[in-house]
Amino acid sequence: MDLAIALALQIVYGIANLVLISLGLAIIFGMMRVINLAHGEFLMLGGYTVVISTNHGVNIWFAMLVLAPLVVGLIGVLVERLLIQYLYGRMVDTLLATWGLSLLFVGLVTTIFGAQTETTISPPLGAISIGDYSSSAYELFLIGVTVALLLLVWAVMKWTRLGLVARATMQSDDMASALGVSTRNVYMITFGLGAAISGLAGGLLAPVTGVLPSIGATYIAKAFITVISGGASILAGTSAASILLGGINGIMSFLTGPTLGEVALLAAAIVLIRLMPTGITGRFFRKSL
Amino acid sequence: MAFDRRTFIKGTSVAGLTLMAPGIIGRAKADDKIRLASILDQSGGLDIYGKPMANATQMAVDEINAAGGLNGQQIELINYDPQSNIQFYTQYATKAATGDKAHVVHAGITSASREAIRPTLGRFQSLYFYNTQYEGGVCDRNCFCTGSTPAQTVEKLVPYAMNKFGKKVYIIAADYNYGQITAQWVKKYVTDNGGEVADTEFFPLDVTNFGPTIKKIQAAKPDMVWSALVGGAHISFYRQYAAAGMNKSVPIASTTFGVGNEHKLISAEEGDGILAAYTYFQEVPGDNNAAFVKRFQEKFGADAPYLNELATRSYEGIQLWAEAVKKAGTADRMPVIEALESGISLAGPSGDISLDPKTHHGVLNVYLAELKDQTFNIVETHNAQPPSDTLLVCDLQANPDQATFYFENGLEAAGIK
Repeated sequence: MDLAIALALQIVYGIANLVLISLGLAIIFGMMRVINLAHGEFLMLGGYTVVISTNHGVNIWFAMLVLAPLVVGLIGVLVERLLIQYLYGRMVDTLLATWGLSLLFVGLVTTIFGAQTETTISPPLGAISIGDYSSSAYELFLIGVTVALLLLVWAVMKWTRLGLVARATMQSDDMASALGVSTRNVYMITFGLGAAISGLAGGLLAPVTGVLPSIGATYIAKAFITVISGGASILAGTSAASILLGGINGIMSFLTGPTLGEVALLAAAIVLIRLMPTGITGRFFRKSL
Repeated sequence: MAFDRRTFIKGTSVAGLTLMAPGIIGRAKADDKIRLASILDQSGGLDIYGKPMANATQMAVDEINAAGGLNGQQIELINYDPQSNIQFYTQYATKAATGDKAHVVHAGITSASREAIRPTLGRFQSLYFYNTQYEGGVCDRNCFCTGSTPAQTVEKLVPYAMNKFGKKVYIIAADYNYGQITAQWVKKYVTDNGGEVADTEFFPLDVTNFGPTIKKIQAAKPDMVWSALVGGAHISFYRQYAAAGMNKSVPIASTTFGVGNEHKLISAEEGDGILAAYTYFQEVPGDNNAAFVKRFQEKFGADAPYLNELATRSYEGIQLWAEAVKKAGTADRMPVIEALESGISLAGPSGDISLDPKTHHGVLNVYLAELKDQTFNIVETHNAQPPSDTLLVCDLQANPDQATFYFENGLEAAGIK
């Protein structure tokens, strides 16, 4: 029984983890149809913001929850202004440009901070025990943050003027701009928000993962698979795909080991895309956000 | 002459033309020089290993040149960066052997990269040095492996850790040839010492969520966890393990934790108590090592990386080769191989080491250490350890004409129980 609870918690955390690493990418892809291959590097930059600022004595919570999204969000706005805005509607060119951007970020961080940066942070909040088993309280906190983040994005999209304008631009940018919306600004803000959420995710994961310049590469594939499997709806798609893929990965990893866990995740994604080429939300929950 | 992007930028921006000029003059009479090619990943995921190795390589060559070179000849270092990509390894190895006509190639970090280039260098008869710790079993007249093997490190650490922690061991390892074969060695030594292996799990190199495995470890209730995890993503394991409070109850021993300077990338709280075994730690006592560490830090500044086994083996690998070139009186391949096989030795930073003529592997000093506050404290020293794993299968003196990797298909295939 203890094992069942501990394992269930672990699987929920696996799902939350997928949502966290994919949400920023989903926003940028879902809203703007821009495939951001530098997404992994946005996560890495969030992690670096936390490591570097805590090394300089900044409080870890402030670094994770405020600095990481702020810094990476600003970088996102900068990237959109200097690069992405010239490439809207040119999918292949954007792919190439953002891939180059990811190499640039890895190179820049390596040049400035070296191939490795010493760190002093460890996961805050200690461990909790469930009978014979113990879990990290920080993982519970991450699950909570992920749920809060989903609700926040949903509320912004649903109830604020910014959300309304963003949804309108997403549906038809010509019409939105004919009605007086500055789609240019909407795109810039959306890209910045997507980057900020990626930065937040990278910052939150910094205490439980290794932070290295090249670490982005380990996230990018999974984030992509989740977003593509999810389909066009940002929140419903990312959540549904994360639950499906994260669940399969967690159960298989426990039953057979991590190698087959990864295989099962990829196999499930392939089958899913074959059956539903437009992703889960191409068929179900089509009207959702 | 090959410039990779980074050396090019460094060369031009820092030193400008003043540094370039001797390079150009040097190339004009390149025939007077001994050419040493180095192929190490200095960018991409493996740069945490490759950069310190490349630094140490540079330092070894600079020091030999400053001391007047070898037999009156200067060494020209030809530096390649394969960018953590196996494809570039074969390409650069071919270039080093045929284009540069290098007298010696010091190359390779992962076992996969070594096996990609070893046949190429053998075919072109380019003397090859592999300076990384690995799973053992290479038996090749053309190849010298100066890194430690499991019989040197794992064999010593297993009984020490089992005495300290208990006999039930849970093994976790990276999912490629090094991790797979090392896990078999760990299992063998655990069983030989009367212990039992609770379970063995392998992880693809990009796994960052170790939650399900940590739950399995809790369910299996082992006395200790043995880690042969490799690379940046796997650092997550040590952090998540500590976050679940496990580092307090089930300690970790490893012969891979530390070569990527993992102990600096996790906090003291998370790492305290981890046991490791290598043939070199920066903390090794002795004047030789103190001077070596000082020179390294002076050369590469305050940000110089922690010196680990990989960097020091790269340095000592070049020094061993240099000793042989001096002894042979030439840098030509066969005389140097014969000199290397004559039981050549060196008083290096890691202590007195030598080369075993039967296997072309190092006879090395092994240090066991415990991590405390991001620093390794040496707890046991075993001097002059032979590569007894490779010695089980390899005798290049009886049968020099071979280029075999005996452990390619695991230990059982090599007849080791």
